[in-house]
Amino acid sequence: MRLAAFDEMLPEVSGLRRPYSAYDRWLKEQDPARLTEKMQDAERVFRKTGITFAVYGEQEASERLIPFDIVPRIISGNEWRRLTQGIEQRVQALNAFLDDIYHRQEILRAGRVPRDLIAKNEAFLPEMIGVRPPAGVYTHIIGVDIVRISEDEFYVLEDNARTPSGVSYMLENRETMMQLFPELFQKIKVRPVENYPQLLRQSLAAVRPQTTKGAPTIAVLTPGSFNSAYFEHAFLADQMGVQLVEGQDLRVVDGHVAMRTTEGYKQIDVLYRRVDDSFLDPLTFRPDSALGIPGIMDVYRAGNITIANAPGTGIADDKAIYSYMPEIVEFYTGRKAILGNIPTWRCSEEDSLKYVLEHIHELVIKEVHGSGGYGMLVGPAATKNECEAFAKKLAAKPSNYIAQPTLALSTCPILTDKGLAPRHVDLRPYVLVSDRIQIVPGGLTRVALKEGSLVVNSSQGGGTKDTWVLDD
Amino acid sequence: MLLGRTANGLYWMNRYIERAENMARLVDAGLRMALTRTQSASEEWNSVLLSAGSDVAFKQKYSDYTAADVADFLLRDTSNPSSTMSSIETARNNARMVRTALTRETWESINEAWMSLKRMLARPIDERDLPSVLDAIKRETALIRGSFYGTMLRNEIFDFSQLGTYVERADNTARILDVKYYVLLPSISWVGSTLDNYQWESILRSVSAHRSYRWVYDADYKPTNIADYLILNVRMPRSLTFCYRFLSEHLKFLGDDYGERHACHATAEKTQAMLRAGSIKDIFDAGLHEFLAGFIRDNTRLGDEIAQDYRFY
Repeated sequence: MRLAAFDEMLPEVSGLRRPYSAYDRWLKEQDPARLTEKMQDAERVFRKTGITFAVYGEQEASERLIPFDIVPRIISGNEWRRLTQGIEQRVQALNAFLDDIYHRQEILRAGRVPRDLIAKNEAFLPEMIGVRPPAGVYTHIIGVDIVRISEDEFYVLEDNARTPSGVSYMLENRETMMQLFPELFQKIKVRPVENYPQLLRQSLAAVRPQTTKGAPTIAVLTPGSFNSAYFEHAFLADQMGVQLVEGQDLRVVDGHVAMRTTEGYKQIDVLYRRVDDSFLDPLTFRPDSALGIPGIMDVYRAGNITIANAPGTGIADDKAIYSYMPEIVEFYTGRKAILGNIPTWRCSEEDSLKYVLEHIHELVIKEVHGSGGYGMLVGPAATKNECEAFAKKLAAKPSNYIAQPTLALSTCPILTDKGLAPRHVDLRPYVLVSDRIQIVPGGLTRVALKEGSLVVNSSQGGGTKDTWVLDD
Repeated sequence: MLLGRTANGLYWMNRYIERAENMARLVDAGLRMALTRTQSASEEWNSVLLSAGSDVAFKQKYSDYTAADVADFLLRDTSNPSSTMSSIETARNNARMVRTALTRETWESINEAWMSLKRMLARPIDERDLPSVLDAIKRETALIRGSFYGTMLRNEIFDFSQLGTYVERADNTARILDVKYYVLLPSISWVGSTLDNYQWESILRSVSAHRSYRWVYDADYKPTNIADYLILNVRMPRSLTFCYRFLSEHLKFLGDDYGERHACHATAEKTQAMLRAGSIKDIFDAGLHEFLAGFIRDNTRLGDEIAQDYRFY
């Protein structure tokens, strides 16, 4: 089945869209052979600088590139303003929700979110009950996945409130584009994204523990150089000018978390962690974790370290919670959500399950706790056998799944051997929360490189594009 | 401020870069001998493997010493942890771990060396290609060294890197001499024997010193001069004295920066003082092999002390 999708550059009905007009003029002047050459240049740059990601379970190609397409995805200033309002509102609600869930649980008392959904959820950390993080911020760095289906319709696909990745690609994509096509950036005014690392650093410094005197010591915690996102961890530490640490470098010394340096142990005040909750503290969570720091949760509860994002934020971006986001936004902000949700069937509900099973070939069905595009079924693209097999899994454990209509995600052209061709895209803007909310004008555009495919995940053949927000 | 783990990564990254190059140099020396001798060169290949510390592992895999097998084992065999390919892989893994401490140029030169050697050493080396492969290895490591010296700030990161380089290099030079000490020792059996210049030249060649030797000594190869050159010459970049001059210097920088002296400072200074006071005659009188065995032991201890004093683990 082919979906009629809205193309962001050249919609069938209205012709070339305004944000793309200057780019289109430039493009028409280019020699196609030169563009192909530039595409190869880009790949060489990425490989040389080691911008790779690891794919689990692939022995030989253990380090791969995420394919990069040289046609930018362009968003007008107006479109962006509307998006940021919606994102800000949503991020406020997410933090308010987390604070509430780990304290008074008003939203459960009000019956707007079922109690079971929280209490029985693995992402809910009872250890966080009653703990108020420094500056009251729970989720400091958020990546909100947004899809577009028409000129005016944007939807949130997913809130990534734990450890969203990909921001290094946003930065490297821009860097690469500026290297490849410097003249374009003179012709077209694109809002800069380069200061993200500085903003991140300032943002992390602003949420330091109250007990910290003077400038805080910040560090990025990585699971190690064999992690799939290691490049990004190193990149961010480097750009922020802070230490990149592993669990083995850290220990609790005199009520603080400290790192082992060549001159002895030095206190850390803010930890931007890129390891999962369950690996943070073997004393509190997984005793078999070699990645974490024994006792860090005690230091955290005593208010002597900021952990960003806070432990337990997963309860806010869980796929089962997602379907309640419109209620959550309204409950905490008192206004209707500016950015809508995609209609979602909770398979735990009997009526919904019946509907989903009957319409399985039309729907996208996702595991509640899954990520990275694994364990999902795209009904329209699946064979009859695949649908039947999935239906059995679904019926066996309905509460493990949600279903959504197959949306015709908007497309944006990519450069192929045969010239420009439309491919489906999504967008992940990055949001920083401290005493204020900051959204970098841009984000990561992921693109499904296979014709007709709706799966944009890099682990499944997705690529990326530079994302331009116009200064207009 | 530097993490102990980062210091460790820098130290080993540089030890392995040095090792990757030393393997190529040893194979180069062996190859020269094999080409210039009419009889079997298996003795020469044996001493190449002994110098590389890989003789035991080699014998577990092969029964005879042939140029192709030794070159394969020392250059591209990934089951040999000291082969050029394994070394460059380990160096690159360490570099990846500490990449926030490296300049972009340094990281890229290591990454590119790894990519190009991986490609080049993917298949067995045709004997005709061996010289160009050896050249390529030396060129890649020279590029790394060039980027490193040209762009790195002279701070603690630089110091720990240099410590790795010189500990490895001192170990390597001492091992080459130790394996060949019988060639250098003038003894009854030596007098009037047909031992030719090639043996001596191969020692110099394995440390890339066959040309510079003549600039310094301006004469034929003489065992005492060769030993003097590789042990005591202050200007020869692979001599033991040269290595210890820089080891002491970088340890002193660290001591001054941190305002703290450790066991490793005393160890390095002791070895340096011993080298400075020594004459080649004294060393030969007391026994070259005994001297070198003691040196290698002390050098290993220095490495262990550095790791401990600067909290590598």
